[in-house]
Amino acid sequence: MNKAVREAASQKLVEGATGRWEIVVGMEVHAQVTSQAKLFSGASTRFGADPNTNVSLVDAAMPGMLPVINEFCIAQAVRTGLGLQAKINLRSVFDRKNYFYPDLPQGYQISQYSDPLVGEGVVQLDMPDGERVEVGIERIHVEQDAGKSLHDQHPAKTYVDLNRTGVALMEIVSRPDLRSADEARAYLTKLRTILRYLGTCDGNMEEGSLRADINVSVRRPGEPLGTRCEVKNVNSIRFIGQAIEHEARRQIDLIEDGGTVEQETRLFDPRTGATRSMRSKEEAHDYRYFPDPDLLPLELEQSWVDAIAADLPELPDDKKARLIAEYGLSAYDAGILVADWETADFFEKVAAGRDGKAAANWVINDLLGALNRDGRDITDSPLSPDQLGAIIELIGEEVISGKIAKELFEIVWTEGGDPRDIVEARGLKQVTDTGAIEAAVDEVISANPDKAEQAKAKPNLAGWFVGQVMKATGGKANPQAVNALVKKKLGVE
Amino acid sequence: MSDLTTLTIAELRDGYARGAFSAREVADAYLAAIAASRGLNAFIHETPEAARAMAAQSDQRLAEGAARPLEGIPLGIKDLFCTEGIHSQAASHILDGFAPPYESTVTAKLWDDGAVMLGKLNMDEFAMGSSNESSYYGPVTNPWRRNGDETPLVPGGSSGGSAAAVAARLCAGATATDTGGSIRQPAAFTGTVGVKPTYGRCSRWGIVAFASSLDQAGPLARDVRDAAILMRSMAGHDPKDTTSVDQPVPDYEPALDQSVKGLRVGVPREYRVDGMPAEVERLWEDGVNWFRDAGAEIVDVSLPHTKYALPAYYIVAPAEASSNLARYDGVRYGLRVEGDDLIDMYEKTRAAGFGREVKRRVLIGTYVLSAGYYDAYYLKAQKVRTLIKQDFEHAFDKVDILLTPTTPNAAFGIGEVSGDPVQMYINDIFTVPANMAGLPGISVPAGLDAAGLPLGLQVIAKPFDEAALFRGGMVIERAAGRFAPTDWWS
Amino acid sequence: MSVDVATVRRIARLARIAVTEEEAQSLQHELSAILDWVEQLGEVDVDGVPPMTSTVAMAMKKRADTVTDGGRVEDILRNAPETEDGYFVVPKVVE
Repeated sequence: MNKAVREAASQKLVEGATGRWEIVVGMEVHAQVTSQAKLFSGASTRFGADPNTNVSLVDAAMPGMLPVINEFCIAQAVRTGLGLQAKINLRSVFDRKNYFYPDLPQGYQISQYSDPLVGEGVVQLDMPDGERVEVGIERIHVEQDAGKSLHDQHPAKTYVDLNRTGVALMEIVSRPDLRSADEARAYLTKLRTILRYLGTCDGNMEEGSLRADINVSVRRPGEPLGTRCEVKNVNSIRFIGQAIEHEARRQIDLIEDGGTVEQETRLFDPRTGATRSMRSKEEAHDYRYFPDPDLLPLELEQSWVDAIAADLPELPDDKKARLIAEYGLSAYDAGILVADWETADFFEKVAAGRDGKAAANWVINDLLGALNRDGRDITDSPLSPDQLGAIIELIGEEVISGKIAKELFEIVWTEGGDPRDIVEARGLKQVTDTGAIEAAVDEVISANPDKAEQAKAKPNLAGWFVGQVMKATGGKANPQAVNALVKKKLGVE
Repeated sequence: MSDLTTLTIAELRDGYARGAFSAREVADAYLAAIAASRGLNAFIHETPEAARAMAAQSDQRLAEGAARPLEGIPLGIKDLFCTEGIHSQAASHILDGFAPPYESTVTAKLWDDGAVMLGKLNMDEFAMGSSNESSYYGPVTNPWRRNGDETPLVPGGSSGGSAAAVAARLCAGATATDTGGSIRQPAAFTGTVGVKPTYGRCSRWGIVAFASSLDQAGPLARDVRDAAILMRSMAGHDPKDTTSVDQPVPDYEPALDQSVKGLRVGVPREYRVDGMPAEVERLWEDGVNWFRDAGAEIVDVSLPHTKYALPAYYIVAPAEASSNLARYDGVRYGLRVEGDDLIDMYEKTRAAGFGREVKRRVLIGTYVLSAGYYDAYYLKAQKVRTLIKQDFEHAFDKVDILLTPTTPNAAFGIGEVSGDPVQMYINDIFTVPANMAGLPGISVPAGLDAAGLPLGLQVIAKPFDEAALFRGGMVIERAAGRFAPTDWWS
Repeated sequence: MSVDVATVRRIARLARIAVTEEEAQSLQHELSAILDWVEQLGEVDVDGVPPMTSTVAMAMKKRADTVTDGGRVEDILRNAPETEDGYFVVPKVVE
């Protein structure tokens, strides 16, 4: 496998006591499919409902209940596969994965084992240093989520809520193509972006819509792959780096001390930043997979898949290339704008018929900055694309200065309103006719000769004259121009 | 009015139409018969109030001239069927106290057609057994006895309660299920008619699952016509069961009067097994002659993989069962035996809740699916199953139906065969192949053995050709007559 | 003997069924007898034979993505041995 032996550039290697090591990472990402109802039942997928309210008789595994597959969930997984340029298998099979756990009412999870819905695909990563990394997707299969066990409600009891039981998940399995914590973070970020573009997963890691299990191993450069450990419970992109670095370091230390890495599942603890063995739970896992006799093989028509393909949105890589070509943006700026399709969409509305570079600057620096400052999402921006567009137009038309524009941005941000009206109403329009300004300055000075005299000794008085001129011009004069003229006429610096 | 219980469903239908008696009278007659026959242990939960209320409703419909196909017909329901708010425990300790908040599709269809519910019928625990001895509620006694002998006999299984209740006239008909012969074998043992429809004909929704790829619901009745009447109401597509088939359900009654002239009847030579009692063989020959006399063409056919159906079945069925029964864990319903921790609770609950035969099958199923054994057992068995199905397909190129004995022997004594599981499994040798191939089959009483016990002949037809079962079944019934045990139990 | 007592214990553990020493002994004999009996499948040549997936050839029917169930906590919990505040309750799971 050519891709599997990809060698990391030397700067990505990590130093050990006995030499340099390469980190090898693959990921299994569980993405909750965006849908109204569950994969095999008619219960709602809504997050945050009261315990056991989004539960059907099927989800509770009542005797004699049978699964009926939700066609939309399958379409969503196919859409995801197409978005990752993957092969769609027209025939796939649902298997039962058998194990006992209180939040798994059937005693088995309906999943796909030997014949998944989606085969090999690829995700492209553009690293900040300009390197392009291709991450192979091995497969995507569709399966049921488990319920939720609450262990901290009672000293001797576990509470079980089945609301999440049976919600559709896509398990997206990558090849071990990642060579650093940065790449792993970039991969999950990119995957999340693509899923959100496709509308197949909301990518909400806090609510558990996106969860990653990380397979980590280490090797000396050029050697075959080492034994991997699976790190579970990494529920934010921030923790991924921490988990990988800690786990890689643990393995390097272990090998350098003469030990060997054992294949096992480890749990990441966000409080300590460390991973620990879950061997207590490992106990003879033997899932006894077999085809679910309640479900026939899933057979799809090529035409049905083609219709989904025809309906795919523009994806981030294509959008980025287009923004660069169409608006003359830098790769860096385009990369920021396409990280969220909502941001890219906002940008394109602002840029329509206007200066694209200016639009990009305003969106990236001012809008994203203000959103970040106020902890808001772009979908809930107080400023609409039209409002921001109007501000940019006002600058372009030289109606307002860049400085006034920033003030105007803040006014619209907090108070709303049409930027053009605000410019009018508040006299923000710059008076560019210097003759008119000069006349007003002369008039104020000649009306206040004593003050003009005092100003020669107290230059601060110039401010008073500026104020009078602004008042006389109804606030329309460009304040900088007034200031310069006042000082010049008073002979102060 | 106990003679009301001797009437067939067709006769009750006619009587209601004539106004000869009321549904309430019929229901009361059955309730009295049930109360007088508790020694048979056929019913494990009686529902007299529901019966009377439903009968009253039927009387109203009859009075309004708005009778439905099964108006006022009192039925017994195998405990495997979930019935809303009523004892539905698969005759297992592990489902103690379970009363589901839903009604199985098949029973709902029966009630919609006007049938009256008498109660829940005994069965082998989770339908695993061929003698009804594995029930948590104890064995059912067959209303048939050997001549001059009071040894209690088994009614067969797993639908032993259904078969005994129909034979003993404790219900006009009963629901049953057949995974490897659980309708046809007890029918043969009790002199009743049992139909296992094509897989997919009846919805499995709301029926406690044993082996999902094999389970089918079907009727047990006193004669072929009654079975045909019940079949029509039970069958039909159900969107809640994706393995149920979207095909129209015909009225099967016209098929009963259709001649079999020119019908090609296959006699599979592999069913002539070693050690088959001479009287079973003789009965089979009688059957062949009845068909020949009725104008059918007799064709010798071969089903070469027949002998492998039973061992393949005892891999596939336990494998599916081991997974289907994982949900009985003491968390959401049924029995819970407290333990030191979660796993201890699971293990104690399942140890106490499952009987011996169920445990055996769950363990066999767990073993054959476990790492390293899947290919050698489960995958191999599913391949053998393909060969069995192909055998039938080849045979059906040449014939319209197949005629075989239902069982290699008549009913045996309670406790006689219980020691050796494999010996018990042999009971299903002639019935299992149809399940493995998903084909419809019927067992019709064809005569009595030397001891006076009923024996059945089986007709197997092409997928969804249940009409051929009834057409063939009538040939046997016309020639052999009908069989009823003498009442010693009430 | 196809299976030994240790194997009986291992699969009983997988199936979450407690077995006593005595039961393990008798199960060893019963399970071995059944497994010995099914060994006869070894005689069948299944080269190139596909495993059966369903007895009836038909396309799997699918449901539309609409919420048609839920909001019935009473029904879901009614038969449970132990519940509290709308949750099922089980002995503590030790991670």
